[in-house]
Amino acid sequence: MSRPAPGPGTPRPPSAEELRRRGVRRRQARKRAAIAATSSVLVLGALVAVVVTSPGWPVVQQTFFDLAYGREVLPKVFDGLLLNIRLTIVASVSIAILGMALALARTSTAPALAPMRILATGYVDLFRGVPTLLVILLIGFGVPALGLAGVTSSVVILGTTAVVLTYSAYVAEVLRSGILSVHPSQGAAARSLGLSAGQTLRYVILPQGVRRVVPPLLNDFVSLLKDTGLISVLGVVDAIRAAQIESSKTFNYTPYVVAAALFLLLTIPLTRVTDRFMLRSIQRQNAQVGG
Amino acid sequence: MSVEPVLSVHDVVKSFGAEQVLRGVSLEVPEHTVTVLIGASGSGKSTLLRCVNLLTPVDDGVIRLDGWDITDPEVDPDQVRRQIGMVFQSFNLFPHLSVLDNITLSPRKVHKADRAQAEAAGLELLARFGLADKARQYPDRLSGGQQQRVAIVRSLAVAPRLMLMDEVTSALDPVLVNEVLATVRDLKAEGMTMVIATHEMGFAAQVADEVCFLESGTIRERGAPEQVLHDPQEPATRDFLRRVHEAGRL
Repeated sequence: MSRPAPGPGTPRPPSAEELRRRGVRRRQARKRAAIAATSSVLVLGALVAVVVTSPGWPVVQQTFFDLAYGREVLPKVFDGLLLNIRLTIVASVSIAILGMALALARTSTAPALAPMRILATGYVDLFRGVPTLLVILLIGFGVPALGLAGVTSSVVILGTTAVVLTYSAYVAEVLRSGILSVHPSQGAAARSLGLSAGQTLRYVILPQGVRRVVPPLLNDFVSLLKDTGLISVLGVVDAIRAAQIESSKTFNYTPYVVAAALFLLLTIPLTRVTDRFMLRSIQRQNAQVGG
Repeated sequence: MSVEPVLSVHDVVKSFGAEQVLRGVSLEVPEHTVTVLIGASGSGKSTLLRCVNLLTPVDDGVIRLDGWDITDPEVDPDQVRRQIGMVFQSFNLFPHLSVLDNITLSPRKVHKADRAQAEAAGLELLARFGLADKARQYPDRLSGGQQQRVAIVRSLAVAPRLMLMDEVTSALDPVLVNEVLATVRDLKAEGMTMVIATHEMGFAAQVADEVCFLESGTIRERGAPEQVLHDPQEPATRDFLRRVHEAGRL
């Protein structure tokens, strides 16, 4: 029992008891991993077995998972997907701008901005309440029917506009909740340092508020990527529409599966990134509470 | 010619709903002096400080900063706050900014100093208060005492005419209280004009030129610290100090 007291900086060698506990923990961890692996194989294997041995499987395999046909239509569906990606990029920038403007209008307190507040609230109520598909149809077919001079009748632009209008309402609400989540004492501290209301918003409130809602915003981004496919109802040839065209030629649904796989290739990595952000922001907030 | 006090509060009244928080408070703080406000929680100390900083508008009465009526509705509150530093009980550092950025935000954005100049001045201030090695850290990596000292430095960075301190040690453990109080004593030694609300009676006795005892929104007793704290005339003051003493804070 005469262990020399180690100086600061030199880590103490673990005791025999601690070494024994580490051994036990390692054994427990190995056992847990083995159980997890076995049960995964059993459950997933059972699922595959049920599908593959079902009476209709040969037909399903032929009409949904025709590999040769899938390879043949891949370039066309992929071309369509490029349009989805381009639209997502253009739309997300527009949504960020419009959503932020709406959020700022809704959280403003200046009396001069009262009409903005009312308009923004009405806007959010309207576009959050109407199904996206309806907005796309109304704008995509309604606006050209008006025959206004100088207004585009390109369904790609109109369809994207419809998606932007809808998503801005959602994003505005997410941003607003972020802005409102910043404690008022932060504003008081900024104002007491002489910062104006605008400077306080820009340098103190927004950086904190927006950071907190990055995970839900990424979530919206993933669903935006998928929802750009909705504008295929206007006849725009995106991944979904391309798959539809191909499959209607042969009555084989493999092109749809190809489109689904391509979307998954994009959305799964994005979702993982979102998860990591979410975890990190939770950890950071806990650290702040603890500190 | 009499010298104008830095801060003059005249008959200030403030209510929140039906509750009258300040019922006619008057106060004068000459340059280079420290006025300490004592009194139970809810006696109006914090509200008085927030009124002076125009974070809370007064219902009646006049507040003057160097003779300038800052309760005039025509006055731009931002102009007033640029001359007054305020330190809060809960530090209120900006968690998304490094210590140095916390300190240089107002000099850069409000006083339009360029970044290099503001950072040099900020680093100098941090060094003066023994915080130079924390400049690049984020507030959540600092102890409560360090955070509060950074908050004090942040207020100093704009060279205020007047500093307001609202129970700056109330959120700290007893060991950390001392480092913050030492910082405030340094400011006093440098001649900073201050109004300090505190529950630390020993500290009040050390730094105050005048102590004001607030109760239910009025100043019940005021005077030199040794008189108010050690030989109070009002029964209410005696009663308050006895309770503080029993709580072991004197």
